[in-house]
Amino acid sequence: MSRLRIRFAKLGKVRWTSHRDTARMWERAFRRESLPLAYSQGFSPRPKVSFGLALSTGYESLAEYLDIELSLPEGDEAQVDIEALTGGLTAALPEGVAVLAIAPIADRALSLQEEVTACTWRLAVAPVEPGAPTPDIGQRVERLLSAESLVVTRTRKGREVVEDIRPAILSVRLVEETDDGVWLECDLATQPRSLRPTELVAAMGADLEERFVRRLHQWIERDGAQWEPLAAPLAATDAPHALVRAS
Amino acid sequence: MVVPDASTRPGRVDWLLIYPDTYEIGLPNQGLQILYELINENPASAAERAYAPWTDMEAQMRGRGVPLFSVDGHRPAAEFDLLAFNLSAELVYTNVVNCIDLAAVPIRAEHRDESHPLVAAGGHCTFNPEPLADFVDLFVIGDGEEVVAEVTEVVAEWKRSTRPPGSRRQVLRRLAAVDGVYVPSMYHVTYDGPRLVEVSPRYPDVPASVQKRTIADLGAWPYPKHQLVPLTEVVHDRLNVEIFRGCTRGCRFCQAGMITRPVRERPAEQVSRMVRDGLRRTGYDEVSLTSLSSADYSGIKEAVSGIIGDPMCTGLTVPGTATPGASPVSVSLPSLRVDAFTVGIANELQKARRTGLTFAPEAGTWRMRQVINKLITEEDLYSAVDSAFSQGWRRVKLYFLTGLPTETDADTLGIAQLARNCVSVGRKHTKAASVTASVGGFVPKPQTPFQWFGQVGAPELQRRINLLRDATKGEKGVQLKWHDPRATLAEGIASRGDRRIGAVIEDVWRAGGTFQEWSEHFNISLWDEAMARHGLSIEWYVERHRDEHEVLPWDHISAGLHRDFLWQDWREALAEHGLPDCRWTPCYDCGACTEYGIEHVVASPVPPAGGSQGTGQDLATGGFVPVSLLSGRPGRPAVGATVVGAAG
Repeated sequence: MSRLRIRFAKLGKVRWTSHRDTARMWERAFRRESLPLAYSQGFSPRPKVSFGLALSTGYESLAEYLDIELSLPEGDEAQVDIEALTGGLTAALPEGVAVLAIAPIADRALSLQEEVTACTWRLAVAPVEPGAPTPDIGQRVERLLSAESLVVTRTRKGREVVEDIRPAILSVRLVEETDDGVWLECDLATQPRSLRPTELVAAMGADLEERFVRRLHQWIERDGAQWEPLAAPLAATDAPHALVRAS
Repeated sequence: MVVPDASTRPGRVDWLLIYPDTYEIGLPNQGLQILYELINENPASAAERAYAPWTDMEAQMRGRGVPLFSVDGHRPAAEFDLLAFNLSAELVYTNVVNCIDLAAVPIRAEHRDESHPLVAAGGHCTFNPEPLADFVDLFVIGDGEEVVAEVTEVVAEWKRSTRPPGSRRQVLRRLAAVDGVYVPSMYHVTYDGPRLVEVSPRYPDVPASVQKRTIADLGAWPYPKHQLVPLTEVVHDRLNVEIFRGCTRGCRFCQAGMITRPVRERPAEQVSRMVRDGLRRTGYDEVSLTSLSSADYSGIKEAVSGIIGDPMCTGLTVPGTATPGASPVSVSLPSLRVDAFTVGIANELQKARRTGLTFAPEAGTWRMRQVINKLITEEDLYSAVDSAFSQGWRRVKLYFLTGLPTETDADTLGIAQLARNCVSVGRKHTKAASVTASVGGFVPKPQTPFQWFGQVGAPELQRRINLLRDATKGEKGVQLKWHDPRATLAEGIASRGDRRIGAVIEDVWRAGGTFQEWSEHFNISLWDEAMARHGLSIEWYVERHRDEHEVLPWDHISAGLHRDFLWQDWREALAEHGLPDCRWTPCYDCGACTEYGIEHVVASPVPPAGGSQGTGQDLATGGFVPVSLLSGRPGRPAVGATVVGAAG
């Protein structure tokens, strides 16, 4: 048995593919690449593929992860050519989805869902009303960060709950201003409760909306330090914003 | 992969292939995918695709002035040389009009000029093209594989001529001379009161009767070679390989079986190659061997075991090792025959996900099944059901039609009795045995022996459904489902209508009646009102029996079937005489082979094992039982409960 962790990017028009459809897309790619996935036992065998945190439909990402389990006899693990697999899978996936890194992980490694504690996001903030003047975003961010608590009403599993989201806002930085809006980078916690970029922007004011949301990193904590579940080659994270829009 | 070239090139003929229903329904359509590849392989042409936008999307498009556009290159529809529609069901007709309008092209052919695309249509519904004659410039009748290139050639010449004023009519006249092409504006229609007198060509070079196109050798057309793999989930989301075209079972209600004759099988090794290559290219883990009755394929058993036993299909190996993968491929056979043999094949095919199996006895009594020539005995059905439940299936779905010719209440109630008996058979194997009887209203179709039959009206259909509802009430294990009889009525208007129905289709569309095959959008009052507004009688168009000598609106369109064969078969039906499958009996001279100088292409001179359906075989001696059944997804084009209308 051998487990592999895969990091991939999802950029451009393919961002409109849902999490569930993305999962099916991967299963087809594995088959096209003749990868011998391990299957669950039982009446309805399923391939052993586990996805990390779901990415909202419409968001881009440079840091998506999935773990797969291969069915290989002892000794065959070494024969899996990681480099060939990286290229092969990217070729078998739709345009916009690219494998950034693959590495073996321990059989007993924690699942991505359990281990990831925070994500770094990049997004543009702009007025909801087309043509409206952009308010002072720096001031709005300042107000968020200086608040002791930010109590909001959120819908969780169909139920309304009142929650303080301030602890989940780890950092917010202004990056630049373009025609598309004011660009921010932020670190938002995924545990104990995860905060979505859209909820962050909602807390900045009902007159604002987010655009071009892209996940840059997912973070896990080990020995008091932050690590990525799988580091990507530097070039991958410098990729320009995909401006190919689904029209 | 042949990727469409979204750039424009002078002289190249650009086709926009449009499926007039949602992407999710339309994408898997094999006819459209075959033409898509052929047109893109031809250097003289290019094809892109479009589907009907759902109502919310349409509202956004109209609100912002966005026209219908191609999904491939996002090009506006009106930029193409041809808008070519696939017509698989009559209730999409208002969507056809809507798509033309969304393309910013005049909906009526007579209002188009040289600046507009040609509007074309193909598919089963074109065997009565008249209801859409006002909107469509040219219909292509029959198999499209060869004729698309011929149409391309004529249109290319028109493009090269820079399309001077008046040339649209000339190009249409030239197209009317292409075999299998019907150009309604080249024909004059005469009526005498409500009666149709004649549909006659306006010019001597326009054929009086348009003969369908038929490809003689399916093996020469191994398409689609590169099946499209959608990123979002669609119906029939799997690899589809067509194993034969045509069917001679001779079910008298079935238009597909009549208009696609003769039987042309794909060579077995080509089937295996297409399955293997297709699975590898697409990454699907399911393949459907498609046809109108897949268990009838010569050597179906060998074909299936070939797939199951092929490591390339089932046990993928990791590159550089001999390690087999453990990912099984499932095979499905749509349009199952009802017998234990078939169940056996299905058992071999479907090792997992054994949830439900679908059969179509179509009628509740043997008498009724002889009338419709669906020659399944009760023993066939019970043995199939017994086989299914004994091999792990827990749910069986049975398709029936009501409103069939000569149907009595005893025939209708026979449906409930059959379902009940099937539950009893299943109970021997599992307490959870469940049988769903799905009942659709029968719509008589053009080019079939039932084309003369007066359709049963909606209130009477509802009464029969109520009879069944009462008969199955409180019956443990039996579920009854039925189609809306009002949708059956609207389908009847569009199925056997003449050109005067065009105004009705336009009115229904103008009143907002798109997506009429979706129950949430279907609205019978739009049809009632439009018929009344134009002084057209529903009784006359739908519910009236036609006599032998009446001129039918589709008489000038030929599927190769002799009219006297169809009439004779209609008389045989009324006499409750079944007619065995002509693949294995002497020829009845229906005309489908002789008219085109071709023959059935079947690999086996003897009927397949198992089942008494017209093969004259004793079930007990036929086939390698035990067998098991097929799987979860019914082979019919229906999609859940949202699609209304009877199957044909």
